[in-house]
Amino acid sequence: MKTMANGAAVPLATIPSLDLAAFREAVIGARGRGRRVSSLFAAPRGDGLTLYLVLADDDEGVLECARAELDGAELSSMTEAAPEVHLFERELAEQWGVAPVGHPWLKPVRFQRSRRAAPGTPAPICGVTDFFRVEGDEVHEVAVGPVHAGVIEPGHFRFQCHGEHVFHLEISLGYQHRGVERSLVGGPGKRTIHTMETLAGDTSIGHATAYCQLVEALGAGRATPRGAALRGVALELERLANHTGDLGALAGDVGFLPTAAYCGRLRGDFLNLTALICGSRFGRGLIRPGGTGFDVDAAQLDELRRRLDAAARDVAGAVKLLWASPTAMARFEDTGRLDRELADELGLVGPAARACGLRRDVRKTHPAGIFRMVHVPLSTAESGDVFARAYVRWLEIERSVEYLRAQLAELPRGAPSRPVAPPRPEHLSVALVEGWRGEICHTAISGADGKLAVYKVVDPSFHNWMGLAMAMRDQQISDFPLCNKSFNLSYCGHDL
Amino acid sequence: MSTWKILVERLRQGHRTAAYPDEPPSLPDRFRGHPWLEPARCPDGCRECIEACPTDALRLDGRGLGLDLGRCLFCPECSAACPAGAIGFSGEHAMAARRREDLVVHGELLARAQALEERMLRLFRRSLKLRQVSAGGCNACEADVNVLSTPVFDLGRFGIQMVASPRHADGLLITGAVSENMRLALEKTYEAVPAPKIVIAVGACAISGGPYAGHPEVLGGAGAVVPVDLWIPGCPPHPYTILEGLLALLDRLPTERLQVVATVDPETVRWGRERAEHALRYLGADEGRGIQNQPPSTERKP
Repeated sequence: MKTMANGAAVPLATIPSLDLAAFREAVIGARGRGRRVSSLFAAPRGDGLTLYLVLADDDEGVLECARAELDGAELSSMTEAAPEVHLFERELAEQWGVAPVGHPWLKPVRFQRSRRAAPGTPAPICGVTDFFRVEGDEVHEVAVGPVHAGVIEPGHFRFQCHGEHVFHLEISLGYQHRGVERSLVGGPGKRTIHTMETLAGDTSIGHATAYCQLVEALGAGRATPRGAALRGVALELERLANHTGDLGALAGDVGFLPTAAYCGRLRGDFLNLTALICGSRFGRGLIRPGGTGFDVDAAQLDELRRRLDAAARDVAGAVKLLWASPTAMARFEDTGRLDRELADELGLVGPAARACGLRRDVRKTHPAGIFRMVHVPLSTAESGDVFARAYVRWLEIERSVEYLRAQLAELPRGAPSRPVAPPRPEHLSVALVEGWRGEICHTAISGADGKLAVYKVVDPSFHNWMGLAMAMRDQQISDFPLCNKSFNLSYCGHDL
Repeated sequence: MSTWKILVERLRQGHRTAAYPDEPPSLPDRFRGHPWLEPARCPDGCRECIEACPTDALRLDGRGLGLDLGRCLFCPECSAACPAGAIGFSGEHAMAARRREDLVVHGELLARAQALEERMLRLFRRSLKLRQVSAGGCNACEADVNVLSTPVFDLGRFGIQMVASPRHADGLLITGAVSENMRLALEKTYEAVPAPKIVIAVGACAISGGPYAGHPEVLGGAGAVVPVDLWIPGCPPHPYTILEGLLALLDRLPTERLQVVATVDPETVRWGRERAEHALRYLGADEGRGIQNQPPSTERKP
């Protein structure tokens, strides 16, 4: 395996090509060696495919990369031995027509046409698949979506129930598929950064930062110190806005309205801080290769600090009401519990993993950019339930506020950005960013012409959707909104 | 926990609902609202902004340089590329339109969207229930629609509400480029809304496909599937832009704003500022307050 750091680029030739058996062993043995699968994907090579594997070693803070050539249309499935690759294998099957033989749950991921399908092959019909079914006189099925009751993205959920009791939840996505990865091949083009900012619009900063780290690495450049610091500020503001919104929505889901109302407003206050920097509440236009597209002056920094303090005070007031409400806590505690072992097996990331006690946070374990200089403490909980997922968010809010106070007090001087050279030919780069939902992993390979030949996006939701399904086992169906919100996963980030 | 603590916190958090539309919205200095164009400044043969635009929102047509607000992502690329300071964004939040073609501007101001016709207005003016459908949206438009129901915007005070079922709705509010995979669901949801019904397309994706325009995986916006009554540009539109569009449609905005002239002589009018002053006047605010964005300097970014 080739060992590399987060945000580095290496010549493609240095990535060892394993035979399929060794590649399988690398995947299956990963957990035993303290590694987890960050990305697993295929790229076309003549009539065949090349498989790429990116493993994260959280203890050493390094990534390991390997590849293997696959010529047939079959692959012996690794999912039984390494459940964390279950969705990666389903994706391989769907995108490239490779059958993972022995996969226990082989179903469509996004209902997209295989990229190797003959022209004119009809696309599969979204949502038409063989759903898992529990049989019995008193068993019933509840189907929800793709259009939901709230203002939310589309997805289809099927519950197998006995009364209120949920035996099993199956989540079928793909409704948001817009052809993101396919469109990135041949770039970077003038739409590339906008695709990054909108592939999961609530994580514009996270995905745009991952992309910029990649193209900077491929071009042997890096962001300016001030640009890197401003990216960190934007990333933490994005986390604050979303975590605050999530805590409000969780309170709303159990009918505790004071926190719901205050946090709904405060989420907007954090978004408006991002808008103060770049004019857009979602940070559109802010993250650009070489640094940031906007700078802040002393007066804006003062204003940012003043409004951050005010919002932080109000969030603390709003959230403390929630923790002090026994009725709200009774609904949070022991609901949607996931144990640590299962979370680890499934390869969960982000607050959902940290709520089970897993120490996974890219800012801490694979720091890049400003996080190499300034560390953010890692926040975990143990109980793995809705309460833990909420509480981890609260801890992270406190730590992000502290981080921002320190950063805004002394940003590095200099220009916010500098030019970046075009990608060097035939290089591979991996960038990890800890978005508010968890690990964002982008992998890019440049071709002989210096264009992007392969671009692979793994949104944290890709790892975590199965976690939600498992957390719903043996719960009440009325707990679903609460469990769902405690994960708050992305549909478009998964569907791409 | 004592109710007392909740009440104390309630007092501390204060009353947060904005006075909009009786007062102008509070927007950040760098907010990129209604774009302005001063074609008179364009150097001969210059195509820098057209080349820079990621979504081909800028085009030369029979009337000169035209900007399609329905394709515009409100990104800073065109103004950064312009060597002459002939294009930029004003602080004006209002820019909804009833007809798709009205979203193409050539230097003129976009007129306020016309209200619904009388029969529909009688039905919906004081109570409009909408079903939101995200069809390939990135969750930014969705989030800024959602935020309208928070205390700051308090959509409920206008009688507008997002409802859980299309059967309870008077219309659809659609976001996203309409993926192939959502086509059927969108069609069925539209059919499930009882007539008469309205459709509102929110965001560049729902109007034109946005950054996904031309992808075979998407249909390029809501208009490909259902008839659209109101188009609200932005990527995503600011919540106030969405609210302004909804209120214009329901004739709930303060009156006396002129239907803005079709063209403004670019030689004599710096209309980014003019537009903002217009907005302030019709909102009844003091002259000179809240004009936020100036045309950017003519220096190129490094």
